[in-house]
Amino acid sequence: MAGESPVSELQKKMDNTKVNTTAKVNGNIHRVRITMQLTFIIPVVVLALLVLVAIFAPLIAPHPPAKTSLPHRLLPPFFIDGGSPTYLLGTDRVGRDILSRVFYGARISLSISLIVIFITSSIGTILGIVAGYLGGRTDTVLMRVTDVSLAIPQIFIALLLAVVLGPSFKTVVLAISILGWAPYSRLIRGEVLKLREADFIAQARIIGSSSLRIMIKHIFPNVVNPLIVIATMSVGLVILMESVLSYLGAGIPPTTPSWGSMVSDGKNLIDRAWWISFFPGLAIGLVVLSGNFLGDWIRDKLDPRLRQL
Amino acid sequence: MSKIILQVEDLRTSFFTRKGEVKAVDGVSFHVHEGETFGIVGESGCGKTVTGLSIIRLLPEPAGRIVGGKIILEGTNLLELSKKEMRAIRGRMISMILQDPMTSLNPVYTIGDQIAESVRLHQGLPENGVEQEVISALRLVKIPSPEMILRQHPFELSGGMRQRVVGAIAMSCHPHLLIADEPTTALDATIQAQYLALFKEVQQKTNVAIIFITHDFGVVANMCHRVGVMYAGKIVETATTRKLFKAPKHPYTTALINSVPRLDRKDNRLYSIEGQPPSMMNLPPGCRFFPRCSVALEVCGEQEPPEMEIGNGHSISCWRVK
Amino acid sequence: MAEALLEGRDLTKHYPVTRGLLQRIVGWVRAVDGVSFTIEQGKTLSLVGESGAGKTTTAKAVLLLEKLTSGSILFQGKDLSQFTRSQLKSEYRPRVQSVQQNPWSSMNPRMRVRDIIAEPLVVNTKQSKKEIRSRVLELLEQVGLRSDHADHYPHEFSGGQRQRIAVARALALHPSLVVLDEPVSALDVSIRAQIMNLLKDLQVKHNLSYLVIAHNLATVRYMSHSVAIMYLGQIVEYGEAEELFERPLHPYTRALISASLLTLPEEGDQEAKQIILSGEMPSPLNPPPGCRFHTRCTEARDRCSEAVPELRAVGQQRVRCHHYD
Repeated sequence: MAGESPVSELQKKMDNTKVNTTAKVNGNIHRVRITMQLTFIIPVVVLALLVLVAIFAPLIAPHPPAKTSLPHRLLPPFFIDGGSPTYLLGTDRVGRDILSRVFYGARISLSISLIVIFITSSIGTILGIVAGYLGGRTDTVLMRVTDVSLAIPQIFIALLLAVVLGPSFKTVVLAISILGWAPYSRLIRGEVLKLREADFIAQARIIGSSSLRIMIKHIFPNVVNPLIVIATMSVGLVILMESVLSYLGAGIPPTTPSWGSMVSDGKNLIDRAWWISFFPGLAIGLVVLSGNFLGDWIRDKLDPRLRQL
Repeated sequence: MSKIILQVEDLRTSFFTRKGEVKAVDGVSFHVHEGETFGIVGESGCGKTVTGLSIIRLLPEPAGRIVGGKIILEGTNLLELSKKEMRAIRGRMISMILQDPMTSLNPVYTIGDQIAESVRLHQGLPENGVEQEVISALRLVKIPSPEMILRQHPFELSGGMRQRVVGAIAMSCHPHLLIADEPTTALDATIQAQYLALFKEVQQKTNVAIIFITHDFGVVANMCHRVGVMYAGKIVETATTRKLFKAPKHPYTTALINSVPRLDRKDNRLYSIEGQPPSMMNLPPGCRFFPRCSVALEVCGEQEPPEMEIGNGHSISCWRVK
Repeated sequence: MAEALLEGRDLTKHYPVTRGLLQRIVGWVRAVDGVSFTIEQGKTLSLVGESGAGKTTTAKAVLLLEKLTSGSILFQGKDLSQFTRSQLKSEYRPRVQSVQQNPWSSMNPRMRVRDIIAEPLVVNTKQSKKEIRSRVLELLEQVGLRSDHADHYPHEFSGGQRQRIAVARALALHPSLVVLDEPVSALDVSIRAQIMNLLKDLQVKHNLSYLVIAHNLATVRYMSHSVAIMYLGQIVEYGEAEELFERPLHPYTRALISASLLTLPEEGDQEAKQIILSGEMPSPLNPPPGCRFHTRCTEARDRCSEAVPELRAVGQQRVRCHHYD
C-alpha cells in the first residue's frame, strides 16, 4: 500500500488526472528551463568546441601541425614578450605551432574516446545485462572475469600491448578497450538486478516472452539512462588514459600530435618553455572536467521523477 | 460535554511548485474534544494528510506553507508561535503517528534509545527516571517483555510490534492530542483489529484526543466518534459516525459509502463514481464535486456552497440541503 | 458437472534457508504446504489470507513463476508436468494471464500503451501489424478507454486507468484464466468499484475464470464464487463464497470476518462480538505443531497442539479444524 509523501502524492494527482495531451508541450518548456543552468551550459560548450575543433581542424588551424620552422622555435605565446601573432600559443622545440597542434590533437582525443566508448560500453552493457538477468553460473563466471579485469592495472596492459604490437592508433584503442568494459559491466549488472524484480518483467514472462526478448525489449531500454551517465563520465577518463599512454611513449606515434605526447614533449622544457606542455595539458583538464560535470548533471536530471530525457 | 482541545478555523495550506500553487487544503474547519476520536476520511490527494501535517506544523518546506486560518490548541493559536515554541509543543502537547512503521523508526538505534530521545527532550528527568518512563510507555501499548524489547532494533520486530513502538514514542510524553495518519494501512486485518483495540484502550486510560486520518470506512466506523469527509481540499460533511453511516447527506459521502463493498451482505452491483478528483491547481468555479455529482443542480456549477449546520453537530456543504 | 479448468493438488513449496560459505541448509520456509483447489470455467476462486499465508506463492506457481517442491497443477485435466516446454509456451501460457497489484510497476515505463497491450500478440501470434492494431483498439474499448489513449505512456495515466490497461493486456490472447493479485488494493476507494465492476462484466462476457488473491474480505465477497482461506501455508476453510460468509466455520475465518466488518456504532454492543486475536502469525520457518492456528485460537484445546487436523467436508464446505472431527 502506498506510503508516499503528501507532496509526491499530490504531484501524481496533478499529473495524472487526465490523459496529458499536452505532455509534449510541457516537456519542451521544461527542457528549455533546464538548459538555462550553467552547470549544463559550460560543459556542453566546452565539449561542443572540442567536437567543432576536431572536425574543422584543417580549416581553422593556422599552420600544418607537422610543419617545422627552425627560425621560429621556442617562441612564447603572443601575449608574452617575444611572442608573435603568427604563432598564437607559441612554438615547440622544432618550431611547430602549438595552437594548430592542439587543434589537431583534438581529433585524436575525440576519435579515440568515441571509438573506445562505443566498444567498451557495448561489450560491458551486453555482459552486464546477460549476467544480471540470467544470474546463476553465467553471472558468476562473467563477474569473475569482470573482477579480474578490474584488478589488472590498465597502464600495465597498455604498455605491454604497445611493446608487443608497436605504438599506433589501433594499439591505443585496443589497450584502453581491453579492460575498459569492466566498469560498465559491473554497473549495468547492478541496475539489471534491480530491474529484474520489477513487476513488468514478471508480466513479460507471463506473456511468454523469451529471455532474449526480455533482455532486449525490456531491460535494455531501461538501463539506457545510467548508461548515458557512465558513458559521459568516461569521455574524460579515456582522453586522460590516452594522454598518459602517449606521455609514456606507448601511445600515438610522435608524427600525429596528441595532447599527451605534446605534454611529454615539453616536460624537459617546463622551466624555459612552459607553454609547450601547458596548453595541451589545459585542454586535457578542461575536457575531463566538462565530461564529469556533464555526467553529474545528466545523472541528476535522469532521476526517476523525470522519466525521459 | 468535555472541553474542546483543538479548534481549526478556515485552515488553508498550499504547495508552491514550479507549475503553480496547489491549494491542498482550502478552508477546513473542525474541532476535537478531549478524549474523543475525530476521523478525517477521504481518498488520496484530498488533503487529509496535509491537514494533519499543518496542525503539527511539519509541512515540507519551502514548498508547503500555511496561508490562512487558525489552529487553536487549548486557547493558543499555533500559527502565531515561533519555531522554538512550536518545537516545545511537538511531542509534549501534540504528537503524530505516520503510516509506515518501517520508515518511522531509525534502523540504527535501539527501541529504548528512540523512545528515550523523546522523553529526554521534553521531560527533565534523571537517567533512571527516563528508563522508567520508557518502560511505562512500552507497557501502555502492551508490548510484552518491555525490558528486553528496549535493547532490540527495529528490524528484529514484526510490523505490528513496530507500529506499537511508534505509538509508544508518540505517547511517551503524554500528549493531549494525537494525530494518526493511516497508521493501520500497512497492517494485516487481524493485526489492525488488535491495534485499533489498543488505541481505544490507550485513549480511555489517558483521555487523549485523537485525529484519525484514513481512507477506510471500516476503520472509521470502528474508531471514530465524529467524522469529517474531505474532498478536494475541503470538508464536505461533518457528523457523528452514527449519523454519517445511517443518513449521509452529501452526495459524495453517499456515493463513497455505496461504492465500498459490504461484508455483511451480498452486493449485486457496486455503485461507482464516474470520473476522477479535480486537479488542485486549476479548480473550476462552483462545488468541487459538481463534475461527478449525479444529483447536481445548476447552481452547483457556479458557486461553491457554504458550510451549513443541519442540526446536532451535523454540518454539510451542499446546495441541495437548504 | 463441467470439468474443472484448473486444479491444484497438494501444492507444496518449501524454500531452503542456508547459512555459511558452503550454503548449508539449516531449515525450510514452508510457504505453501499441501494446498488443493479447483477453478471452474467462468467462475472466480479467491485465495484469502494475511501476509505470510502463502497465497502469492500459490499464484506464482500457477503462473509458472515458481517451481513447486511437490504437488501438481492440472490444466483441463492434463498435468502440467506432462507438458513439454514448447507446449507450455503455446498451450498454457496464452490461456493463463495475469493482472498485478501495483499499476505503477507492472508496465514498462518506456513503452507506449499500444505496444504494452500488443506485446502478448507479438510474442505469441503471427498476426499482421494491422490485425494487431485493430485488436488493441478493440481491447481498449472493452476496458473503457479511448483509442487516442493508445499512443501515450503509462505514467500519463491514473492508477485506475493503468489497471484498465493491465486488464486489456491480460485479455489480449483470449485467456481462459486470469490471475489477479490484489487487483484493487493499490487504488483509491471510489475507483475500486469501477475496476471491480469492469472485471465482473468481462467475466460474464467472455466466460473468464479468475483466481483472485486478496486480503480484503469485502472485495472477496463481491467478486468470488468460491473462497479458500489460507493460514501459514495451508487452506483452513474452503467453500462457496455465500456459505462461507454466512456461516463461517473455522475460528480464523470468524476472526478475519470480525476484523473486517463495518462495526457500526448503532449496533450497540458490537464490542462484545468482536474477536480479537492475540499475537501474530508465526514464522513459516517454524510452524506450531499440530494445528498451525492453535497458538492464537480462542477455542484451542489440548488436541489442537498435538495433531494436525485434516481438511474435512462439513456440508458443502471443507474445514481444517479439530472441532469438526
